[in-house]
Amino acid sequence: MKKILSRPKSLKDTNLSYCPGCGHGIIHRIIAECIDELSIKEKTIAVAPVGCAVFAYDYFNFDTTESPHGRPPAVATGIKRTNPDKFVFTYQGDGDIAAIGMAETVHAANRSENISIIFVNNANYGMTGGQMAPTTLIGQITATTPFGRDTKKEGYPIKLCELLSTLEGSVYLERVSIHNPKNIIITKKAIKKAFQYQIDGKGFSMIEVISNCSVGWGMSPLESIKWIEEVFIKSFPLGVIKDKAI
Amino acid sequence: MKKLLKGNIALCEGAITAGLKSYFGYPITPQNEIPSYLSKKMLEIGRVFVQAESEIAAINMVLGAAVTGARAMTSSSSPGISLKQETISYMAGMQIPALIVNIQRGGPGLGNISASQSDYFQAVKGGGHGDYRIIVFAPNSVQEMYETAYDAFDLAEKYRTPVMILSDGIIGQMMEPVEFNRIEKKEKELKEKDWILNGCKNREPRSVKSLFMKEGILEENNIKLQEKYKLISENEVKYELYMTEDANIIITSYGISSRISKSAVKLARRNGIKVGLLRPKILWPFPYKIVDSLAKRNVKFLSVELSYGQMVEDVKLSLNRKCSVEFLGKAGGELITEEEIINKLRTL
Repeated sequence: MKKILSRPKSLKDTNLSYCPGCGHGIIHRIIAECIDELSIKEKTIAVAPVGCAVFAYDYFNFDTTESPHGRPPAVATGIKRTNPDKFVFTYQGDGDIAAIGMAETVHAANRSENISIIFVNNANYGMTGGQMAPTTLIGQITATTPFGRDTKKEGYPIKLCELLSTLEGSVYLERVSIHNPKNIIITKKAIKKAFQYQIDGKGFSMIEVISNCSVGWGMSPLESIKWIEEVFIKSFPLGVIKDKAI
Repeated sequence: MKKLLKGNIALCEGAITAGLKSYFGYPITPQNEIPSYLSKKMLEIGRVFVQAESEIAAINMVLGAAVTGARAMTSSSSPGISLKQETISYMAGMQIPALIVNIQRGGPGLGNISASQSDYFQAVKGGGHGDYRIIVFAPNSVQEMYETAYDAFDLAEKYRTPVMILSDGIIGQMMEPVEFNRIEKKEKELKEKDWILNGCKNREPRSVKSLFMKEGILEENNIKLQEKYKLISENEVKYELYMTEDANIIITSYGISSRISKSAVKLARRNGIKVGLLRPKILWPFPYKIVDSLAKRNVKFLSVELSYGQMVEDVKLSLNRKCSVEFLGKAGGELITEEEIINKLRTL
């Protein structure tokens, strides 16, 4: 008998505190696998956000630091500029990266900081009880849009990849999803490529991962997967938005 | 050999000599000499300079650089320092050493760009959210700007805490001769730290954070912080006494106002007024015991500040109503003059 699948070395052997059916666990595992495969665990310094993934320090098995809400791209800038030989990535949610931290995101991309950002887009603030996020879909009901997101009052969902693609400094931007095995494989490929770009010194990469938040969305895990396929990715089309390195 | 320098530049030289690896800043008057000077100097010597998109980004870049063990700093002026407070609180909780420089200007709000000492409360009482303190230095000469910037990093690392130099637009921009009396620190001479993030090679992974959700853990961390602050309070009080032995009036004053106060003491002495000066060189920890030890019978205190009465509260706390404490100060306009101080002394 041969063991063909085991826990990545970059993931601690502990229970995750995420809700049943949540996509964070899959994304954590993909990141850990990529770091193992690229043999960069010992030079990785990760920046965890404020939000559901605030507990990422407890799950990743490499060096991690905390960051104030929205500021991971600035914290990562400080780490990477001071230690260009280290591997630095941030893990951020939609509220963190595209609301409170929009300035830090835009300017890190514009300076083409040689860092990788994993941006988990689940269209709401999961940790605080499912409030409207900058990526909440038009008409989507959340804890703070009880009648559905109204563009007249709440504006439109922000497509961060497209927004950052207009900046000369952004190098690689791709939107992926983890709602089925095929897309999980695509997600892993994208994250690994972003990490490789940093190793090769190519500059700023961000992978936007569409993920489900069944509790925040008031759905069963299966319903939430279906909602990604039928609704979410219709508003947020998947694919490479920009790849300057090709 | 002495060199004629502005306070802000002397501060840069002190920090660089101490091994400053990374500087992050954002323009605001009256501290602009600092980023301008470092934008050239740091690159010349192969170190890091980044002009951030905001004061908030700058202090978070400092957090990132400092969590890897590098000596890092940012500088700003009053409104910009307000913006940095959230992250300073994080750094206190995460126990990350770094230097924050406040070249104070007039407030509240956008105020003006004249020298001021109105950020005393913010600096010495915590500044951001949560129970924490930072060590606050108050240099009163260009020479001390140099020396304090150098020494600040050692104290920050000794106690794993952010520290602040609380200066003002006049000390920052005036020119005085500086003696380069500190020895350059090379990166490799700096003590190896056992908490920094530098990749988990041959060791267990580390995480540096201020979030402690499990029951009892936050309180445990807070108690540790409080024990540290107690230790700092016992060991790091620093002050200057001038002609206090026979004084029956003692002026308490720091930074730029202590320079004016000292001249006023000299002038007053010539006019037969027995006055002395206590100048805290470090504002937190405050020299409570020293103030108290000066409280002989019939001694009066006068706190002279470029504010509407901030440090005077700590003077009163030290004395616990044993002596009368008067205040002379203003902010947002001109400096206090020696004559104003002497006129006040005559009324005591």
